[in-house]
This record gives sequence, structure tokens and C-alpha cells, in this order.
Amino acid sequence: MAMTMHVDIVSAETELYSGVAEVVIAPAVMGEVGIYPRHTPLLTPLKPGEVRITKQGGEEEAIYVSGGMMEVQPGTVTILSDTAVRAHDLDEAAAMEAKQAAEEAIANREGEMEIAEAQAKLLEAVAQLQMIENLRRKTR
Amino acid sequence: MASGKEIRTQINSVQNTQKITRAMEMVAASKMRKAQDRMAASRPYADKMRAVINHLAFAHSEYKHAYLEERDVKRVGFIIISSDRGLCGGLNNNLFRKTLNEIQEWQGKNIDVDLCTIGSKATGFFKAVSDIKASATHLGDTPGITDLIGTVKVMLDAYDNGEIDRLFVVYNRFVNTMTQDPTVLQMLPVMQAEEDKELVHHWDYIYEPDAKDVLDGLLVRYIESQVYQGVIENIACEMGARMVAMKAASDNAGDLIGDLQLVYNKARQAAITQELSEIVAGAAAV
Repeated sequence: MAMTMHVDIVSAETELYSGVAEVVIAPAVMGEVGIYPRHTPLLTPLKPGEVRITKQGGEEEAIYVSGGMMEVQPGTVTILSDTAVRAHDLDEAAAMEAKQAAEEAIANREGEMEIAEAQAKLLEAVAQLQMIENLRRKTR
Repeated sequence: MASGKEIRTQINSVQNTQKITRAMEMVAASKMRKAQDRMAASRPYADKMRAVINHLAFAHSEYKHAYLEERDVKRVGFIIISSDRGLCGGLNNNLFRKTLNEIQEWQGKNIDVDLCTIGSKATGFFKAVSDIKASATHLGDTPGITDLIGTVKVMLDAYDNGEIDRLFVVYNRFVNTMTQDPTVLQMLPVMQAEEDKELVHHWDYIYEPDAKDVLDGLLVRYIESQVYQGVIENIACEMGARMVAMKAASDNAGDLIGDLQLVYNKARQAAITQELSEIVAGAAAV
């Protein structure tokens, strides 16, 4: 019987594959790599593409990953798949957006957050009034 | 004593409020179940990620990444995760109080803090306290990791440039429906975890293409996944807290209605008695 290793493929939002396999072929950034059991430790990013797994018994399964990271230990292969499309420029743009959101929130003193806060305070005040009224009625 | 009609309207208004709180309670209950499912779905990734980072800590790499090394603390960063909406009991306030204590502790040591907020409640609260470097709001009930990349990057850049020397994440940890635990977690530098016997011998990864690129990508993803997990858990907490708060509100409304009903009945009885005695008195006078 062929040797096997444990393979986990996970993405941030769900688990894609978990089980034993004889061979894993993954699209590493430097070119496609085939991993057999007892491979030396390896850490590499992945390109978007297909991960092909030969399961115990020779059955094949293909899983699409949109990039990510692969960690290889002698007995295990772990693929951390990205769900988002990653590029340096895109990340930069997202960071700018987050900064802007913060500045807007600070500048915008009468924004909806203030309204929400006021509403919460109003609700509290109403509840207190009601309680006082209740007490008065009971003592009378 | 208030007249019968006045009390009637009051009862009606309380009943309407009760209907709303009951509906909110049920909505929160169903959303909480979904949020819990999502939490369970994203846990494998976070666990695997942590496992890989753990292995990495034992690899005898020649390249030492900045995220793995302690340095003198001159300024710290906080990522604060809150809900977007209120009406969820003391959930956010408990978290903010804990964060404030933490911030004051640092400021007591003459160390300034940089803040980054996720959720409009935190943004609203902390803009009065300190400068906010970045914020993300209105992520909805099903945030994707894409929504967080920007905010996290701002803080990571600050760490890279030496503006902050330590990074924490503050969020509510989901214990169960009734209990939420405000938690402060150190993200950077990455904490050393427990030892794994199989990994103590001298070894290192093969890095492709090179150690710096690989570790950069991996550690950034690690931080993002931890923050994402925090956001997801915080949503489950929010729904749980809202469910409990709305249940209490519905119960209170029920009590209020009971009391008002009693007062109403008394008023009605008093009016009838008065009318009768007037008639009797009138008849006696004839």
C-alpha cells in the first residue's frame, strides 16, 4: 500500500478538504509542485489554480483555490486558501478607504452615530419616567 | 386617579412596544444561530493558521521577521471590534470599559495609544477618547475578510514603520448565549505558543521564492484571520446579547401591562360604584 499523508485545505470562510492523500499537486508561485509523503518542510505562496489530490486508492479530486499559502511537513500538507483576490495595489486602496472612513467619522459630528446615541438616551429617559410614574401610582 | 380611557391607551402603547421587542428577540435568535454556524465554519482556518505559525516559531530560520520579535514599547495600537447597532444590553459598554482601563494603564506608563475601530459604536465612542487611525463600519451580518484587509493593513503598516510596537485586538469572545467575555488579545509581536515535542530538533523550511516574501504574506494573513475570527465572534455575541436584552424588555412590558390592567380595572369599578351610589342616592331623595 502506498504511503499517505494528511491533507487539509481550508479557506477563511469554510473547510474545503480534510483527509488522507498519496500525492498533492499544487500551483506554487515558482511553478507547479507535487508533494509526496515525507517531503521536507516547505512554505510557499500559491497562485490561483487547481489543487489536485490523489486520494488513498488512486481516486483523484481537484479543488480550485484563489491563491493562498501552503505549508508542508513530513506527514501533513496544509493549504490556507485566500477568499479575496490579493494584490499590493488593492490592499493599499483598501487601507486608504479605512483611513478615510475614520476621518469622516471624526469630522461628521452630527452623523447617524450621534442620532443613534441620542435615541438610546431617549429610550433610557422614557423608561425612567415610566418607572417613576409607576411608583407614584403604587404609593398613592 | 387617571381615567379609564387614558389607561387603555397606555396599555395599548406598551403592548405595541412589547410586540416590537418580541419580534427583535426572535430575529436575534435566528441570526445568532447563523452567526454561530459561520463561527464554526471559519474556525478550521484560524486553527490551521495558528498551527502553521506555531511551527514557524520553532523553525530555525536565518531570517527573523519583525512580527516575531519583541521590541521596546513606545506606543501601542488597539483594534477595537464592536457592533454597528445598539439595543444589545451592556455588550459594547462592557467592552469599551475594559478597553479604556487598558488604555489608561498604558497611558499611566507614558505610552500613547493608536486606535482603529471596527463597527460604528466603537467609532462613535472612541473618537471622543483619542485619534482613530482607521475604521470600518456597516459590515453587516456576514462580513467577508475583504472588508477587513484595509483596516488591518493600516495598523500593520504602522507596526512596520515603527509607529507602534505592540498591537492588540479587543472583542467579545463568545462563551455561550448568555455570556460574552470582553477579551484583549495580543496580536503583534506574535506570542510564542506551547512546545511541540516533534519539532524541537534543528530544522527549517524551504522557502519559495524567499523567506521574506513568504513570511510577509503568511503573517499578514495570520493577523487578518485572527481579526476576522474576532469580528465573527463579536457578531454572535451581539445577537446573543440582543436576544437576552429583548427578552428582558418583553418580560418587563408584560409586568407593566399587568400593573396597568389592575389600575384600569380598579378605575372602572370605582366609576361603576360611584354611578350606582348616585342613582341610589337620587332614588332615596325622591
